[in-house]
Amino acid sequence: MDIIVCIKHVPETAEAEIKIDSSGKAIEKTGLVFDINEWDDYVLEEAVRIKEKFGGTITAITVNTEESNRTLRKCLARGADKAIRLTDAKFEGSDGYAIAKILHSVIKDLPFDLILTGVLASDDGYTVVGSILAELLGISHSTMVKKIEFIESVVRVNRELEGGLEEIVEVKLPVVLTIQTGINEPRYVSIMGIRKAMKKEIKVLSLTDTGLSESEVGEAGSWLIINELFIPPMDKRAEFFLGTPEVIATKIVDLLKSRGLI
Amino acid sequence: MKEIFVLAEHRQGQIRDITFEMLTKGEELAETTDTQLTAILLGKDVKKYAETLSKYAEKVLLIEDIKLENFNSEAYQQTLSQLIIKKKPLLTLIGHTSYGVDLAPGLATKLNLPLATDCIDLKFNGETLLVTRQMYGGKVNVRATIRKSKSYIITVRQSTFTVQKPTMNGEIIEMSSSLSEEISKKRFIKYLLPLSGDIDITTADILVSIGRGIKDVSNKPMVEELAKILGGVLACSRPIVDKGWLSSDRQVGTSGKTVKSKLYFAIGISGAFQHVLGMKNSDLIIAINKDPNAPIFNFANYGVVDDLFKIVPSLKEKIIELKSARSQS
Ligand SMILES: Cc1cc2nc3c(=O)[nH]c(=O)nc-3n(C[C@H](O)[C@H](O)[C@H](O)COP(=O)(O)OP(=O)(O)OC[C@H]3O[C@@H](n4cnc5c(N)ncnc54)[C@H](O)[C@@H]3O)c2cc1C
Ligand SMILES: Nc1ncnc2c1ncn2[C@@H]1O[C@H](COP(=O)(O)O)[C@@H](O)[C@H]1O
Repeated sequence: MDIIVCIKHVPETAEAEIKIDSSGKAIEKTGLVFDINEWDDYVLEEAVRIKEKFGGTITAITVNTEESNRTLRKCLARGADKAIRLTDAKFEGSDGYAIAKILHSVIKDLPFDLILTGVLASDDGYTVVGSILAELLGISHSTMVKKIEFIESVVRVNRELEGGLEEIVEVKLPVVLTIQTGINEPRYVSIMGIRKAMKKEIKVLSLTDTGLSESEVGEAGSWLIINELFIPPMDKRAEFFLGTPEVIATKIVDLLKSRGLI
Repeated sequence: MKEIFVLAEHRQGQIRDITFEMLTKGEELAETTDTQLTAILLGKDVKKYAETLSKYAEKVLLIEDIKLENFNSEAYQQTLSQLIIKKKPLLTLIGHTSYGVDLAPGLATKLNLPLATDCIDLKFNGETLLVTRQMYGGKVNVRATIRKSKSYIITVRQSTFTVQKPTMNGEIIEMSSSLSEEISKKRFIKYLLPLSGDIDITTADILVSIGRGIKDVSNKPMVEELAKILGGVLACSRPIVDKGWLSSDRQVGTSGKTVKSKLYFAIGISGAFQHVLGMKNSDLIIAINKDPNAPIFNFANYGVVDDLFKIVPSLKEKIIELKSARSQS
């Protein structure tokens, strides 16, 4: 089974202090730690497990700057056979639609049975790339996948619905599946893997290699044009307990007492 | 007259709330753009919903077909694209739900119409469509302009727009299904109901909920103990279940349980909207997070900006002190 995995290199922001940069259209990236998108971590693991079971190859592909080599190396170390990086200044400002077009321009000429993407990227969270890619390729897709099973020419997947409910759907191969977190337990990189990965090549392609025109990528080729970023208004902010842990704990206990909760 | 389409979402015999939320927002948008609000109802044996929907829309377009019985993005995409091509609505609203996420991007691509997903607000400024959405797990909002088009598709975040009392008495129009060919790529098999564990967090008065901030499973007992001395139950955010540290029946949020406890401690939880939707209606919410800008503080009644590994032990100590003082007196 030949598998393509779409991987995004993103800043980790859950614990970081975020500032809007001077353009007002992006966040200040300096000082942030970048890593593989949380969802794509599960994508990669799922691909490796399928390859271990059925054989085949894994190609990791990303649209990003040279910085993302680190994440691609990680993919190679964990079991991807090939890596492709699409880098061009003209790609800047691309939304999910433009990213999907760029990915499509390369993937359409590659052999594959299965394409895996994450449900969403933790930075801009469009939740679109996988299914747009499928539509552009003229193949089927299924999203928010929590289990995959191959039955001859179809893949049987569990899709996550709301409130803990799931549905089972069968989709024809070749297919794009968008992977939801928790589908597996991503493994750590082995030393062996890292050594092997150092020898593998990262193929770098630019706009001219994609065959796309300038107007199809970047802001010009996007559905969304960002006007401004802003920190969400804190309209209903919590009342804060201040002091040493001991003082804070006393205040919490007093509150719980006054509410009859202890 | 140009229309605004709202795709009604229903499952297992019920119209889902997002439908009414979109219809409420749709009514406002229809007024400002001088368009007509139309609910699109696709399914099988769903005529019964049409009447309810007609109270929220000027028109209900009903299409019934066995192939539309359960949600299937292939069948829905075919039906909706034909409708959109024929009626050229100014705007089509779809829920940013597990159904909408499966449907909208392919539909927009096929029709070559611009799509903005997971919007928390949208408005027309003349002919320009402006949207607000979130990035970075809710820590940043973004205002964006949608590429100019005659017709737009938007997916709307759940629980964002408050449903108003219905005021309309719309016309119900039945159309015949345009699905002539087989739906060949995708087949619905069945639903899988959530597992029910030994503890039901939805009935607990006190929930002590942990998130990725607890860092390691070895720290779970420390918080579990706090839950115990409070007479409460341990719950969690999604990553804790994804890592296998707690079973899925403990997960609070859109893909987990919705709770309304008397006390909800959010410990090391950032407050992504998917989590918040599951707990924001609790009576008293106390959040402990070392990041002062964590979105959870917009929903908590009380907050502590500090290291949970310092606060939780102190808190346990104080509660134990109080309890032993009480038992002595
Ligand atoms: C379709 C879909 C459905 C989803 N459904 C759900 C759902 O049902 N429920 C759910 O919870 N999520 C759900 N999510 C995931 C959601 O988007 C977030 O990723 C998740 O809620 C984040 O969990 P968290 O807050 O525990 O982790 P993070 O966002 O990583 O936050 C960890 C927090 O801990 C704090 N912290 C770290 N160390 C300390 C310390 N020592 N002391 C104090 N604080 C500390 C950090 O400042 C940070 O705010 C869903 C996502 C998708 C796409
Ligand atoms: N720049 C990118 N390069 C490669 N894959 C991407 C990129 N952006 C998004 N993806 C893939 O698409 C998924 C969903 O992203 P999005 O639709 O942007 O939320 C991610 O989990 C990745 O698998």
